[in-house]
Amino acid sequence: MTAMTTREAQAVDAALNRFRDEQGALLPVLHAVQDNLGYIPQGATPTLASAFNISRAEVHGVITYYHHFRQTEPAQHKLAICQAEACQARGCRSLTATAEAAVGCRLGEHTEDNRWELEPVYCLGLCASGPAVELDGKLYARITPERLEALIRKKELS
Amino acid sequence: MSITVYVPRDSAALAVGADEVAAALQEQAAKRGAKISLVRNGSRGLLWLEPMVEVVVNGKRLAYGPVAPEDVAGLLDAGLLEGKAHPLALGDIAEHPYLKNQERLTFARVGITDPLSLEDYQAHEGFAGLRAALKLAPADIVQQVLDSGLRGRGGAGFPAGIKWKTVLGAQAAQKYIVVNADEGDSGTFADRMVMEGDPYMLIEGMAIAGIAVGATKGYVYIRSEYPDAVKVMEAAVERATAAGFLGDSILGSGKAFRIIVRKAAGSYVCGEETALLESLEGKRGIVRAKPPLPALAGLFGQPTVINNVLTLAAVPFILARGPKAYADFGMGRSRGTLPFQLAGNIRHGGLVEKAFGVTARELIETYGGGTESGRPVRSVQIGGPLGAYLPDSLLDLPMDYEALAAKGAVLGHGGLVVFDDTVDMAEQARYAMEFCAIESCGKCTPCRIGSTRGAEVIQRLQAKPAEAPVQAKLLRDLCDTMLNGSLCAMGGMTPYPVLSALDHFPEDFHLAAPKHQAA
Repeated sequence: MTAMTTREAQAVDAALNRFRDEQGALLPVLHAVQDNLGYIPQGATPTLASAFNISRAEVHGVITYYHHFRQTEPAQHKLAICQAEACQARGCRSLTATAEAAVGCRLGEHTEDNRWELEPVYCLGLCASGPAVELDGKLYARITPERLEALIRKKELS
Repeated sequence: MSITVYVPRDSAALAVGADEVAAALQEQAAKRGAKISLVRNGSRGLLWLEPMVEVVVNGKRLAYGPVAPEDVAGLLDAGLLEGKAHPLALGDIAEHPYLKNQERLTFARVGITDPLSLEDYQAHEGFAGLRAALKLAPADIVQQVLDSGLRGRGGAGFPAGIKWKTVLGAQAAQKYIVVNADEGDSGTFADRMVMEGDPYMLIEGMAIAGIAVGATKGYVYIRSEYPDAVKVMEAAVERATAAGFLGDSILGSGKAFRIIVRKAAGSYVCGEETALLESLEGKRGIVRAKPPLPALAGLFGQPTVINNVLTLAAVPFILARGPKAYADFGMGRSRGTLPFQLAGNIRHGGLVEKAFGVTARELIETYGGGTESGRPVRSVQIGGPLGAYLPDSLLDLPMDYEALAAKGAVLGHGGLVVFDDTVDMAEQARYAMEFCAIESCGKCTPCRIGSTRGAEVIQRLQAKPAEAPVQAKLLRDLCDTMLNGSLCAMGGMTPYPVLSALDHFPEDFHLAAPKHQAA
C-alpha cells in the first residue's frame, strides 16, 4: 500500500471532517475525495477504514464496487458514451466506433499518453435525444459522428 | 417594462445548447437595447424542440424551437420579443397538441415555473398539499393515499398507502423517508425532469410522507449520472429549509422533517430498494434478502418508506385536491396518471403524462410521430433494460400494470424505447444478458453466473446458425433458472427482454417462426 502524498492526505482529511457528523457517510466522503483529486488514492484505504471503524477490505470493497469511483488518475480528457438501449436505437454503436478511431483507444480504455479515455455509461437520462455523450463533464445530445469528431478535434487543440 | 423570456435549464435542453442560446439572447437583446428578464425554467417535455425559447406576450407564452445559438439574432430581428412569425415559431405552447391532450397532474408545473422559485411554486398550488396534510391526523393522510389508489411508480406497482400504513404502525425512535432517484433504466428521464424542473414538489411529497408516518429524516438518493439534478435538489432543500417548509418545525407546526441529498456512484442495481439502502449506509450496493421488509427494518435497521420520485411527486396533488380527483383517472387497478417517456428512435420524443389505459401505439404514433429514421417500428422495449421487447402486434395493449403482465411484459417506470426495422433482436437479447453481467451485485448465483453464461449462449447461437435450436433450448432453460431463482429483479427480470425477443422475433435467432405465434 503506497503512502499518500501531502495533497492526497489533506483531501482525505478534509472530506472526513466535512461529513464527520453524518451517518453512513462513506460514499459522500469518497465522492468528496474524488471530486477534489480526480481519483481515490490507494493509500486512503487504511485512513478511511480507521475513520469508519470498518476493515480495509470493506473500504476496498466499496471503492471497487461502484463504477463511478476510480483509483487511478483520470486522463486529460474523458469521453463517456451512452451504451444503453435508447441510444443503441439511435446509433451509439457506430458513434462509439467513430470515437475509438478518433482518439486512438478502445471503449473502457485510455490512450498510452493518457490524453484520452473512453468510458461506457449506461444512460445519461437524455433518451429522447440520443445518442448522448459526456465530454469533460459537459453533456451533448443528438450527436452525430461528424459533430463528435469536431468536438474531439477542438479538445485536442486546446 | 422588461419582457419575460424562458430558456429551459433541464439537462436535455442544456445538452443541445440551451446555455449558449440563453447567453446569445442576453447579448443580442442588450445590443438592441431591449430589456429582457430571462427565466431558466424546466422543460415542457417536447424534447425534440429543445432548446425551446418562450416569450410572454399578452399573457400568453409563445414558443420558438428548436433554437440554435446562431438563430438568436435572426429571431430577434424577426420580432421574437413581440411574438412575431418565424419559421421556428410554435405559437401558444399551451395549445400545442402534444401538450394540450395530456393529463398533467404530476407534471402540471414542470416547464412553466422557475424550478427554484418558492414564490412561483406557491403561485401554482405549491405546498397546498403540505398545508392540508398538517391539518390531518397521520392515519388520515395515509388513508387519502390509500384511497387515491396510488401505486409505486418505480416499477413494482405496490400500493403506496399500504407501505406507508406499515411504517406508520411500526414503533421506533427514528423512521426514514427514502426517495429512490436512482433512475438507471434506459428510456426513462421523468425523475430527472421532476428534480430539475419542479424540485419542491418532491420535497413536499417527502414532507407529507414524513408527517404521515412519523419520520423526521429523509434521503434523496440520486444517481451520479445526474449532476444537474443533484445541484438543483441541493439548492431546493436549502431554500425550502430557510423558508420553514423543512426543519425542526414545518410551517410552525412543531413537526420536524429534514432532507439530505445523497449522490449514488454508478451502480444500476442500487435502484433496487434494499441495495439502495445498503448504499446509503455506506456499503456495497448488495441486495438484501426479504423479509424483513424495509417498511419494518429499512435504513439503519429502522422503519423506512422507500418510494420512487414519481410516487412521492404524485402525493402533493392527492392531498391538495383529494384522493378522488386522482383516482378518477386510470383503469382497473392502475389509478391516476403515469408520465410516459418516449425515447429511442422516435421523431417526437419526450414526456407524455396520460391516465393509465392509453395504448403504446397511441403514444408512439399520435404523440411520437413514428420513428426518427422514418423506417417502420419493429419493436418497442417498455419498462427499461429489464422490460420486454414488444412487436408491432402487441402495441394496442393498454398501458396498465395487469394488462401488460398478462402478456409477459412490464410497465416499469413508463419508458418506451422505440427501435426501427434495422434492429437485430438477437443482439438486443445478448446485450440484456451482458448488461446484467456488468451490473449484477453478485449475491445470488442465477444472476451472477447466469448472465455471463446467457451472453455466451447467445453469442454461440449468433456465430453458428446450425446450432440455433439447441442453444435456444439452453437459453430458455437458463432463463427459467434466472426468473425463478434470483434474489431480486436484476436477475429475475433480465429474462424478460431475452425471452420476449426470442418469442416475438425468432427469425433473428436463426429459428423458424412457430406456426401459431403467441400473441
